[in-house]
Amino acid sequence: MEHPKTLFDKVWEDHLVGKLSSGQNIIYIDRHLVHEVTSPQAFEGLRNKNRKVRRPNLTLGVADHNVPTTSRDLGINSIKDKIARIQVETLEKNLKDYSIDYIPLTSLNQGIVHIIGPELGFTLPGTTVVCGDSHTSTHGAFGALAFGIGTSEVEHVLATQTLLQDKPKNMKIEINGEIGKNITSKDIILKIISQIGTSAGTGHVIEFTGSTVKKMSMEERMTICNMSIEAGAKAGMVSPDLKTFQYLKDKKYSPKNEKWDTAIDKWTKLYSDKNANFDKKFDLNVSNLKPMVTWGTSPEDGICIDEAVPDPLSLRDKEKQKAVKKSLDYMGLSPGIKMLEVPIQKVFIGSCTNGRIEDLRVASSVVKGKKVAKNLQAIVVPGSGMVKKMAEDEGLQEIFIDAGFEWRAPGCSMCLGMNPDQLKDGERCASTSNRNFEGRQGRGGRTHLVSPATAAASAIAGSFVDVSEGW
Amino acid sequence: MKKFLDLESIPAVINEINIDTDDIIPKQFLKTIHRTGLGKYLFYNRRFDKNSNKKAEFILNNKPWNNSKILLAGSNFGCGSSREHAPWALLDFGIECIIAPSFADIFYNNSIKNGLLLLTLSKSIIDKLSQFSLDKKSLTVSLLNKNVFCNNLCLDFNISEDIRERLINGYDDIELTLKESSQIDSYENENYNKNSWKLVDSD
Ligand code: SF4
Repeated sequence: MEHPKTLFDKVWEDHLVGKLSSGQNIIYIDRHLVHEVTSPQAFEGLRNKNRKVRRPNLTLGVADHNVPTTSRDLGINSIKDKIARIQVETLEKNLKDYSIDYIPLTSLNQGIVHIIGPELGFTLPGTTVVCGDSHTSTHGAFGALAFGIGTSEVEHVLATQTLLQDKPKNMKIEINGEIGKNITSKDIILKIISQIGTSAGTGHVIEFTGSTVKKMSMEERMTICNMSIEAGAKAGMVSPDLKTFQYLKDKKYSPKNEKWDTAIDKWTKLYSDKNANFDKKFDLNVSNLKPMVTWGTSPEDGICIDEAVPDPLSLRDKEKQKAVKKSLDYMGLSPGIKMLEVPIQKVFIGSCTNGRIEDLRVASSVVKGKKVAKNLQAIVVPGSGMVKKMAEDEGLQEIFIDAGFEWRAPGCSMCLGMNPDQLKDGERCASTSNRNFEGRQGRGGRTHLVSPATAAASAIAGSFVDVSEGW
Repeated sequence: MKKFLDLESIPAVINEINIDTDDIIPKQFLKTIHRTGLGKYLFYNRRFDKNSNKKAEFILNNKPWNNSKILLAGSNFGCGSSREHAPWALLDFGIECIIAPSFADIFYNNSIKNGLLLLTLSKSIIDKLSQFSLDKKSLTVSLLNKNVFCNNLCLDFNISEDIRERLINGYDDIELTLKESSQIDSYENENYNKNSWKLVDSD
């Protein structure tokens, strides 16, 4: 009998082109997404060396990081920051010069690269998907091998449609149990990272399995795969199933007719064989999981919302003690304070982690008929034009606006604050994004990572609240 | 890519774990469309206060460490965003080698592609090397001999042969891969024959 293989092993082997003389693996790349921030230098590199793009139609471009979320009617001219505008113009020109599909700012299909890939059926099971962006791991929710790359590698993919890669190891995270009301997959992934840490996944591809994952919608799966990178992993994956196929059927770039049938044939074989070997394993039961919140400046700093922030003095490890102290100083929190007592000034609902329709549904159900706390600014930034439209068609926009939320145009927005959406010095934000690093959302800004349900409820309360109780 | 030769410098130390790429180069400097000139923004929020004045206490603002070519740091260095601006900024500032107990994957790849040498050594050894930084003594990193030495201390390090060769010779990965085009051609032929669904079709 053949050696049992993991889902990742299967996709990896299917993409082995060959080797360089040095022995390095050449891996074929099926899908490549580019955005304005990490691609200009790659195209510059191609031009300098007079290189061609090997397969232009396997790359798709969109601007998302730098774009304003207020008005979009003027297209590129909506970008007031001149340097940012040049970057988006450069993307448009580069894609045109090399005959690569581009989704303009005014298109309904525009949005955060990791939201539109799946929405357009550009992301498919069993493919390799890369992008010059670490959250490319999101696409693994479809059973794709998807990972973030740097700009040199973007150039490498454009020129050769391949990458040079050492084979990562296999890690399995099994999640079981029934989650309670207003507990989301964001809480699950924050819990996992708080337990395994930000480097547990280094050099590994994580497969998420278990009854909880099977029950999850595609949106929920994308949220956990999205944050695999926060656990240090190369990629996160979920074995595709009927839900995956239903999601992809009839999407813009999805295979059609007979091609769809052969694809399904292939995709149904994408699972880890019984007894396949994983180098690392972690199990979690989520039956009693509470809403999670991060208190510090690393995604591993997650605690249950009704807990208190740690006291550095209670830690043995000196290095950890120092790191915790530095985080608390930056976050303006005293050791031992309860998260439920901490007031906030901003709420951000959006990003490639939680800017999908289901996220907005959950958040709107929490805020319906209520009002945002005084002196608090709360914004909702749909992840894509399609998400925005769907939400508007369902009447979610009105619920948010009636409650006092701002309803914005799609983009990365306050997830990284490259555009004008930023935190001011000392401002505290409940954010549905994925990184709480110092200065991530604006210099001196304090980011607490939470689920959309928690962000929504906290916007109403004006401080962190337990959305699993009485909401 | 520039060839990596032996390196001698007084090392600078940032003894912290999880130094992320947002920290190495904050987002406001990612709007550039070029690779060059990012050194002045390296560790911007550590080097400059809110009024853009240099912070006296930060090591890279002080002689002789402002000229350090070697940086010693804590584990999981370079975690977070995939921005290649991080190694570009480090190199442009003059840092050519970083020694830490571990590095984040994407940062590691990005660095090697640009000829920035990343060495993994244990925390206890790095603590020892840090003393040389305080004493303002030079370390030498020899990629040829795979060791780091100072005075009579000589420590061997491990590095994959393949990466060592690429750095020493300054190989261009794209060039190397393009030489294998025939392998890519035959993969594509076979693959698209069997899996035509992988071709991009839009309606
Ligand atoms: S939403 Fe945030 S994490 Fe996602 S791609 Fe944009 S900047 Fe990166």
